[in-house]
Amino acid sequence: MYVAVKGGERAIENAHRLLASARRGDQSVPEISLDQISEQLGLAVDRVMSEGSLYDRELAALAIKQARGDLIEAIFLVRAFRATLPRFGASEPVETGAMRVQRRVSSTFKDIPGGQILGPTFDYTHRLLDPSLAEGFVPEAPATAEASTAPTPRVTDILGRDGLIESSPQAEEGASVGDLTREPLNFPADRDLRLQNLARGDEGFLLAMGYSTQRGYGRNHPFAGEIRFGEVEVEFSAEDVGFAVPLGSIELTECQMVNQFKGSATEAPCFTRGYGLAFGQSERKTMSMALVDRALRARELGEEALAPAQDEEFVMSHSDNVQATGFVEHLKLPHYVDFQSELGLLRKLRREFTDANAPDAMKEAAE
Amino acid sequence: MNAPAYNFAYLDEQTKRMIRRAILKAIAIPGYQVPFASREMPMPYGWGTGGVQVTAAILGPQDVLKVIDQGSDDTTNAISIRKFFAKTAGVATTTATEDATVIQTRHRIPETSLHANQVLVYQVPIPEPLRFLEPRETETRRMHALAEYGLMHVKLYEDIARFGHIATAYAYPVKVNARYVMDPSPTPKFDNPKMDNCPALQLFGAGREKRIYAIPPYTQVVSLDFEDHPFEPYRFNAPCALCAAENSYLDEIVTDDKGGRMFVCSDTDYCEGRQAAGHHGSLSAAPYKDKAQEASNG
Amino acid sequence: MTTIAELPPGFADKVLSAQSTFRSVMDAMARPGSVQRIVPTSGAPQTMMRGTAAIALTLFDHDTPLWLDARMSESTDVMKWLKFHTGAPVVQDSSIASFALISDGGELPSLERFALGTSEYPDRSTTLILQVENLDSGRSFELRGPGIDGVATLQASIKPFDLFERLRVNETLFPRGVDVVLVADDAVVAIPRTTRVVSKGS
Repeated sequence: MYVAVKGGERAIENAHRLLASARRGDQSVPEISLDQISEQLGLAVDRVMSEGSLYDRELAALAIKQARGDLIEAIFLVRAFRATLPRFGASEPVETGAMRVQRRVSSTFKDIPGGQILGPTFDYTHRLLDPSLAEGFVPEAPATAEASTAPTPRVTDILGRDGLIESSPQAEEGASVGDLTREPLNFPADRDLRLQNLARGDEGFLLAMGYSTQRGYGRNHPFAGEIRFGEVEVEFSAEDVGFAVPLGSIELTECQMVNQFKGSATEAPCFTRGYGLAFGQSERKTMSMALVDRALRARELGEEALAPAQDEEFVMSHSDNVQATGFVEHLKLPHYVDFQSELGLLRKLRREFTDANAPDAMKEAAE
Repeated sequence: MNAPAYNFAYLDEQTKRMIRRAILKAIAIPGYQVPFASREMPMPYGWGTGGVQVTAAILGPQDVLKVIDQGSDDTTNAISIRKFFAKTAGVATTTATEDATVIQTRHRIPETSLHANQVLVYQVPIPEPLRFLEPRETETRRMHALAEYGLMHVKLYEDIARFGHIATAYAYPVKVNARYVMDPSPTPKFDNPKMDNCPALQLFGAGREKRIYAIPPYTQVVSLDFEDHPFEPYRFNAPCALCAAENSYLDEIVTDDKGGRMFVCSDTDYCEGRQAAGHHGSLSAAPYKDKAQEASNG
Repeated sequence: MTTIAELPPGFADKVLSAQSTFRSVMDAMARPGSVQRIVPTSGAPQTMMRGTAAIALTLFDHDTPLWLDARMSESTDVMKWLKFHTGAPVVQDSSIASFALISDGGELPSLERFALGTSEYPDRSTTLILQVENLDSGRSFELRGPGIDGVATLQASIKPFDLFERLRVNETLFPRGVDVVLVADDAVVAIPRTTRVVSKGS
């Protein structure tokens, strides 16, 4: 006698209890704290804040802990929380030119006003596993100096002064800021929505897309005009108050790519721009984003859009790792109703195929 | 820490208003996919977030909710979604199709006929019936605008040329109110006729793809076909092994590794109802033989 | 002048009242011609029926530009009440309105002046909320279309008298068009763009 499968509810509860236990691991090992995650796995927290679209180190650290270090799962947790938050409005644009810079490099000029600042970077480290980090490592105190008061103008602004790079498009005064979390996306999408999509987009996806442009699939001759990382002030203009109120400061990474020039009979040639911005220190992400942003401007700049990275629908529809992981992983859900229907059709087609291809003798005998 | 606090039926009121407006438009334009600003839900995209958002936007304390996946109330995802609403909205839940006022479903339409006081909410993975013929949204939107559905007919006809049959077994496209070609969600084509002239309101939610669409009650829904190749619903030709039903959609259960199979209703509520009413099937795994199957499978 | 404190109140229970009102409107839209009741009560400024007020509280917000007819827009109480309770922007240009509130059907502008959607996005259209004298007596209208099992009969006293003639534009425009919600006190009837009037008596 056959009894249909039951007890799903109990199975779910037990699975989640097991998950909680596996998450904690061996209980003789001390539990990791949110501070430890935030301080010692800071770049993971930065990524979760960026792609989770929520600047909150503590919640991002909690998400990473809850997700057992699975960053896409952590991003998903942060996004689902963010979706329930009331939205009061949009901040004033942050002034990255006034950033308190911790790191700032340009590959286009040997020296620039304000100087090149290496800051905390993996660049030029030799990638040798360091056993001394395994336990009890106490780093040397970092070298310090008086904070420089010299202004650090953006390299693209320096180029812009001579008209060597296209001017950065300015939004109209009072124009509303697009928000793809509030308005369904339509194509073609404007650059504000494209940049928002890329800022929330998966780092790995953008990395591969950006890389593909370097290898010739939509090449755009990039130079890393400038990458800067540091703190900026966020201000909010409340309608009733009449002036901008400071909300606090956040850490950002900004990348400005200087790309192949355009020009025509009526327009002097100049470099073009690609832009990347992310929360925290996220250089790989912002550089990839800037490459893809530039690639997606093909239509606007009158270039032929033939490569995947230039294809707005393709890039924007597949960049979001929360969407992608959900749909890929939904294949785990039962599909046996559909499969059954497909199976029935396949059996029928196979039977007809067999009948049609049976040796003539058999056919005659059957007749 | 910004400790989370959640609203009735989880969604905030602004989100519900946005979804409710989309639902009204969807009902007014049967079969047309209304874009909406789908939210991240606390379950993954592809796991019913569209259906969950639609249900959350319509559900009230008076409602009785039923959730099925593959026709069954007991599959893990159905349980998970039912618990979600029992917890966030405190609504009564049921497994009885007749008693439910809102039924959220994945991949099936209940066997028991729906009535006018019910809303059937479908979870939809890919709402665009033309998507696999034309991946670009800009193109498919234009095709819908012009009611230019030749491509779909070409595809179905190519199937016939190649296989002798239309080779679509589920998510079989339909035309709603003689205007929009619509994806019925991945229900087996066996269920398509149930959508036609149905007394209940049918709502479709695609969360990841950010679309809501609807079939109002008593609306014509026609499965696409050709005069010489009419639409045929598929059903394995056997009675249910548990309740002996001859007209329900069946799941195939593999009972051993020697070719043993049995066929039982996918709609567990329907099957249990019939058994309670005294209908009994063979109850045991009938040996599955290719020959027998070939003879009976139409 | 009315101060904010003196404005008629919104719903006592915002969440459940909005849900209940929405279900009535949804049922009305899904079953054209059927009379649905709006149960929750709220305050309503003069010239606004309680059904209209409940619909406003349920469906309007910052994202829905509103167009008001002359009688509504002349009332500062209506303007203040809508702004305070819904935050919806009131616009002069009816062709960009998500909703239009009409208290004086005799002055209903030509339907072409509202948003009718585009072929690609027919949902980008204005929904008219039209206050009428009653929805239980008067001329009878026979309706057909999706949502109706055969024929539905609506008895109503409606201005403009030629509303259904004017709505025939929906037939030629479809899938573009306008959807109409008729309100009489707490009763609502919806006439979506798919509904056709087949005959009418007196």
